[in-house]
Amino acid sequence: MYMFKYVLKRLALMLMCFAIIMLMCFVLIKMLPIIVTGTFGVDTNIQYLKLEARGYITNLRWEGTRIVGFDKVPILKQLWLYLQRIFRDGDFGIGTSMPQYEGKPVWDAFVSRLPPTILINIYSSLIGVPIGLGLGILAALKKNTWIDHVISTGVIVLISVPSIVYALLILYVLCFKLQLFPLRMDAGTDYLSWSMFKSMMPATLSLCLGSIAGYARFTRAELTEVLTSEFMLLARTKGLTRGQATVRHAMRNSMVPIFPSILSEFIAVLSGSLIIEQMFSIPGVGRLYLDAINAKDYDFFMLLSGFYCLVGLAAGIVVDISYGFIDPRIRMGAR
Amino acid sequence: MAEIKNIPQEKFKFVGDKNLSHDVKLETKPRSYLHDAFSRFCKNKGSVVAACVIVVLVLFAIITPWCTPYQVSYNDPNFAFALPKSHLFENTNFWDGCAVKRVGFHDFIINYAISTELNDAKEGNGGHNVIKNEEYEVVTDDASGSTLYVYREDSYHKLGTIYKQVNVEEYEMIQKYQDETGNQVIYPTVRPSDRPKASQDNNNANYYFKTQMVNNKTEIVLDDNGNVIPVYWQQPAADINDGYHSLRIEGQQGIQRDGTTYYNVYARNVAGGDVELRINYYEYYIFRHAYVLKDGITEPYFVFGATDSGRDILTCLASGARFSFIFAIAIAVVNMFIGAIWGAIAGYYGGAIDLTMERITDVLSAIPMMIVITLLKYHMEETSQILILFLAFIATGWIGMASTVRMQFYRFKNQEYVLAARTLGATDWRVMWKHIFPNSLGTLVTSCALVIPSMIFSETSLTYLGIISLTSGNITSVGTLIAAGQPFLTSFPHIVAFPSVFLALLMLSFNLFGNGLRDAFNPTLRGSEG
Repeated sequence: MYMFKYVLKRLALMLMCFAIIMLMCFVLIKMLPIIVTGTFGVDTNIQYLKLEARGYITNLRWEGTRIVGFDKVPILKQLWLYLQRIFRDGDFGIGTSMPQYEGKPVWDAFVSRLPPTILINIYSSLIGVPIGLGLGILAALKKNTWIDHVISTGVIVLISVPSIVYALLILYVLCFKLQLFPLRMDAGTDYLSWSMFKSMMPATLSLCLGSIAGYARFTRAELTEVLTSEFMLLARTKGLTRGQATVRHAMRNSMVPIFPSILSEFIAVLSGSLIIEQMFSIPGVGRLYLDAINAKDYDFFMLLSGFYCLVGLAAGIVVDISYGFIDPRIRMGAR
Repeated sequence: MAEIKNIPQEKFKFVGDKNLSHDVKLETKPRSYLHDAFSRFCKNKGSVVAACVIVVLVLFAIITPWCTPYQVSYNDPNFAFALPKSHLFENTNFWDGCAVKRVGFHDFIINYAISTELNDAKEGNGGHNVIKNEEYEVVTDDASGSTLYVYREDSYHKLGTIYKQVNVEEYEMIQKYQDETGNQVIYPTVRPSDRPKASQDNNNANYYFKTQMVNNKTEIVLDDNGNVIPVYWQQPAADINDGYHSLRIEGQQGIQRDGTTYYNVYARNVAGGDVELRINYYEYYIFRHAYVLKDGITEPYFVFGATDSGRDILTCLASGARFSFIFAIAIAVVNMFIGAIWGAIAGYYGGAIDLTMERITDVLSAIPMMIVITLLKYHMEETSQILILFLAFIATGWIGMASTVRMQFYRFKNQEYVLAARTLGATDWRVMWKHIFPNSLGTLVTSCALVIPSMIFSETSLTYLGIISLTSGNITSVGTLIAAGQPFLTSFPHIVAFPSVFLALLMLSFNLFGNGLRDAFNPTLRGSEG
């Protein structure tokens, strides 16, 4: 029962943390001056009127046919309107300064950008987890042999070298020199086609190399620790072969800390890597975020910041909670 | 057993004269904590190598900007994409500033003509070969069946000549320079009507020979021997008014034709009283820097090549690295300071104060870096980007340090010696800083070293993504370099190669070094490796 209570408590704390961060964000964003840039063919008056309709500004002052001044609505009132719209209509605001999303709901743009990001991360996990675990197990079983040394060195290199560098290397060697993959991701929304899969591969590879190394290191460390513990000796004295003992006793025990980390990484990578998306021109959430930041589109910024923040918090909490579920020895939050 | 009873008393003897055994003073030298840590660190070969690499990289970052004649802000678009070149490797096919070209006849003949013109100007004055060593191979392309020319194209000389408008003073100065050094800078110009008709080639000064326009493309007209036909602008000696009185490639006597002496025209008057010259850019560059500006640049020579805007990569990389190092260390120190104070207060007082402070750090640490930096950027648009970056790293960076210090304080604050100090009347302040804080110094310094690479990485990422732009004046960053070079990855990989290699080396060695340091400062590992 206290497991349930613990989960609830953690969730409540997380939500509170999230609310505080978003409140700070909202206030700081609303303190900024409102920028209305008349893009070609769009009347600035219409933009002002839209802003007024959304309750961001009030008391428009007209001079002939032009709007020359306005008052800002108090931030708390704006917050109230913002929350009202989110919870009543699911309306997170409209795009203001990026031409392709001008006047369109930010939520729709966000949802349309999610599939590439999520797909790349799913592929990356599908490739990364088995390879990473496999290498880790191999290294642990062959500890202090050349296999272990090779794997450990590779892991150190992959973990240390920043993803920018090996993404560039993949781009140059695999995509350009060997021409195994296209240089850019295919356009269009046909995300499950073969050619799309192929064009996503460079980004997926660059994303999973780091996690392969991470999993391998973690698995090796955990498994070596378990393999040297006394219950393994007991298992062998009972007559189990080395393979049986390893699979039935060592493996299962070492998975206890590894599994939550897989889970949390899976959530964490949902947010994708801004660098990878930028480098391989993936039309994902990360690119949208960058574009929104550069274009100063505040509604987009609020929504995407919230998304990233939530993903980060959720990844953290999932580890803690799943420990308790997977490993009955850990009584979370027990006194 | 029986014998024991019957040991005669005289058999009992004192072992020595002094029968009292005292504690013997240890004859071994005492090992201090630092000494111990150092010897443990030295056992870890990887970390030692990493430390050496770091030292080399730091020295590179510190020394190089003093040694190169170039500045970060210096750029020459004419030498954009110049390839890496080192005088040491000049005669090899590696690092010589050349790239293999497989081109058709047209491109080949242009490059060949440049070499012919510029090298013939002066006896024994080679070194303007676009085609390295004038070696080329003629091959037949398997796919298309067309004839291709394969050679190494020198990226420093391929520019050849350009049309440049200069004022009369500079014109005179170039002539003076030519007379003094004997280096031909100005070459005979071509009458505008003889220049290629196609608009894309119209201003290309390397077409000093006869061309014709076919299908809006320039085609080269050759004579019977397969050579190009120069179309220099020539005028009778009497009509010449270009003000040129220096070295002439046709010889000082001019050309005798039909009983009249003709001279090549070397300058063309253009609007505004300036003259338009056809100059060998390589020689002009030397004139400009070594003769006029005297800024220490003796010739175009980019050891790591030049970027898309013609900046020297070596200088940019070294300055970027220097900035990264200084920046990371400064932030680490500030973070350590804030973290130490925060962690000390939270750890020492505990209770409600600790709880409140912990909740604050919880919230702060959950804020993604991107949000912090974007909000700062929006609110401080007027201030320098470096300050924004600095504040953003400090805003959440101290939390790790604070929790380290807090943990150490929790460990030590109830120890007996602390109690003793307090009994003797030490104030809270004194207990905190004199008695507890020194215990956490080791871990703090280690975590500082561990945090520096991640800081450099974050800075590189942010500048790569373009969220923060540090390129102003003489400051640049490795991330900016990579971002600038990435569009040209396929054609000019050297632009990203050097910054990437630097970054990879730096991160790798810092990680190895940090791990070694962490193990070294952990006394529980003492002797565990045998």
